[in-house]
Amino acid sequence: MNPSLESNLFVFALAAFLGYEVVRRVSPQLHTPLMSLTNAISAISVVGAIAVTGAGHNTTMVVVLGTIAVTASMINVVGGFLMTDRMLKMFKKRKSQ
Amino acid sequence: MISSYLPVSIIAATAKFLPHRQVMPAYVILIYLAAAMLFALSLKWLSSPKTARWGVLAGEIGMAAAIIATLFLPEVRHYDWIFIAFAIAIAAALPMALLIPMTAVPQQIALFHAFGALAAALVGTAEYYAHGASLGTSTLVAIGFESLLGYLTFTGSLVAAGKLQEILPTQPMNYPFQNVASISVLGASIIAGAMVVVIPANPLVFPIFIALCLLFGVMLILPIGGGDMPTVIALLNSYAGLSASAMGFVLNNKLLIIGGALEGSSGFILAMIMCKAMNRSFINVLFGQVQAGKAAKSDDIYGGNIKSVNAEEVAAILDGARRVAIVPGYGLAVAQAQHAVGQLFELLESRSVDVQFGIHPVAGRMPGHMNVLLAEANIPYDHLMEMDRINPEFENMDVVIVNGANDVVNPDARDNPNSPIAGMPILNVDKAGTVIVIKRSLSSGFAGIPNPLFAAKNCLMYFADGKKAVLDIIAELEKL
Repeated sequence: MNPSLESNLFVFALAAFLGYEVVRRVSPQLHTPLMSLTNAISAISVVGAIAVTGAGHNTTMVVVLGTIAVTASMINVVGGFLMTDRMLKMFKKRKSQ
Repeated sequence: MISSYLPVSIIAATAKFLPHRQVMPAYVILIYLAAAMLFALSLKWLSSPKTARWGVLAGEIGMAAAIIATLFLPEVRHYDWIFIAFAIAIAAALPMALLIPMTAVPQQIALFHAFGALAAALVGTAEYYAHGASLGTSTLVAIGFESLLGYLTFTGSLVAAGKLQEILPTQPMNYPFQNVASISVLGASIIAGAMVVVIPANPLVFPIFIALCLLFGVMLILPIGGGDMPTVIALLNSYAGLSASAMGFVLNNKLLIIGGALEGSSGFILAMIMCKAMNRSFINVLFGQVQAGKAAKSDDIYGGNIKSVNAEEVAAILDGARRVAIVPGYGLAVAQAQHAVGQLFELLESRSVDVQFGIHPVAGRMPGHMNVLLAEANIPYDHLMEMDRINPEFENMDVVIVNGANDVVNPDARDNPNSPIAGMPILNVDKAGTVIVIKRSLSSGFAGIPNPLFAAKNCLMYFADGKKAVLDIIAELEKL
């Protein structure tokens, strides 16, 4: 097994376990913001899309696919974080009065 | 002379054996590491509504830092298309995130899943077309997973969004040999994916693979009905994360692996919780057709046992109540009744009535749907009680108002082992003093079975629209 695949598998397994342990503790009240926040976080794939697009392999097809991928994942980033915050802003304890 | 050529020739020779991507500068790696830690912290802070907004901030900082660091990677040389894409994305995302009504959040989340999955799938495709047959076997396998999950989540999420927006029929769409057809298409996609790994130079296999994955996404979600949407959305959430994670394997980027794995496990946990709350398995939700059911005929249960009330009578009952529970369901979202219910909550609280909300995990169209709507109506979150916490309380409640919920309060699930929903955990509203069910008619819920609760001695039916009914009750109550 090549060394990068090996370390990647370790990272994946531990991150999945970390996710399981952290998410298990999230209050059921916040399950919708949870979905929306984890989705925004996984839109970190924008980083890969930028790398592929910016490398410019002199192939129009790669640049076109990359540009669409940057657009789609960036919509996911901006929209995901903003909508999560908009929902969480509404969760209040007793009113101040 | 030879010695001065040597380093160049060594670099040239080793370049063939290095992965096609350049080695990342140390500062980028450190920023990625910080971003990964901020993402983990972000989810940790989401555990309580008190710290949840800090969690969003942590996630945003991690994301911004990672994006800026990536723009400075030496291999990123062309910025024109990247910045055009940023501009389009921001222009498209702002109205989606800020203007969409809270009742439309499920379809918006499904759309975000579609965008994220599309990005992952397209990057896998671009990598394949940029480097093709020169890629190693493990990278090709990762591209296969990334594309399979990415493309099926893309079309699957679009179909889910279409059903939630009611552009597509929300009823389960069944046809003969449906499961055989779906599983054959899945099998064909996996075979095509394996062929991409074995004969990557063949120009036909990759397009066929993509087409099969796209088709399977549609076939997987189309037969699933609206009531199963909470499980399906959670599952698509998980797939979207796993496709991003697979992309990390393709690009050898650990930040992507971590970001995707967090969503992958989160979606998986949510899907498990939803299945448990319906007493069904994944397989049953995805491939099980809704059973016709051996439940008693509705006439036998309802005949002569339905007691109907109006707003004035409900107000009189509430006037004497000390403890009241409100149980919302998907009907509340359809009727947009959350603000009316918020007003009723205020009014009852001002008359020193103790009001709690009982929320079933699968009430609504996505996990946590009801909590978001009620929070929007300014109901403090410490009054939103999950099923296990409120169930022991019902026997002490004077009045329970059920608004827009049906199957999740059906006592048959608890009492009748022959019921199609036997064993599904329910809210035991029938234990309360008086149950008032606000509903347009006696029509059945998603499970398609009659609800003996409606005929129970302590149950009163208020036949009306979920929002108008609550507003009328408020008007009558204010007169008292």
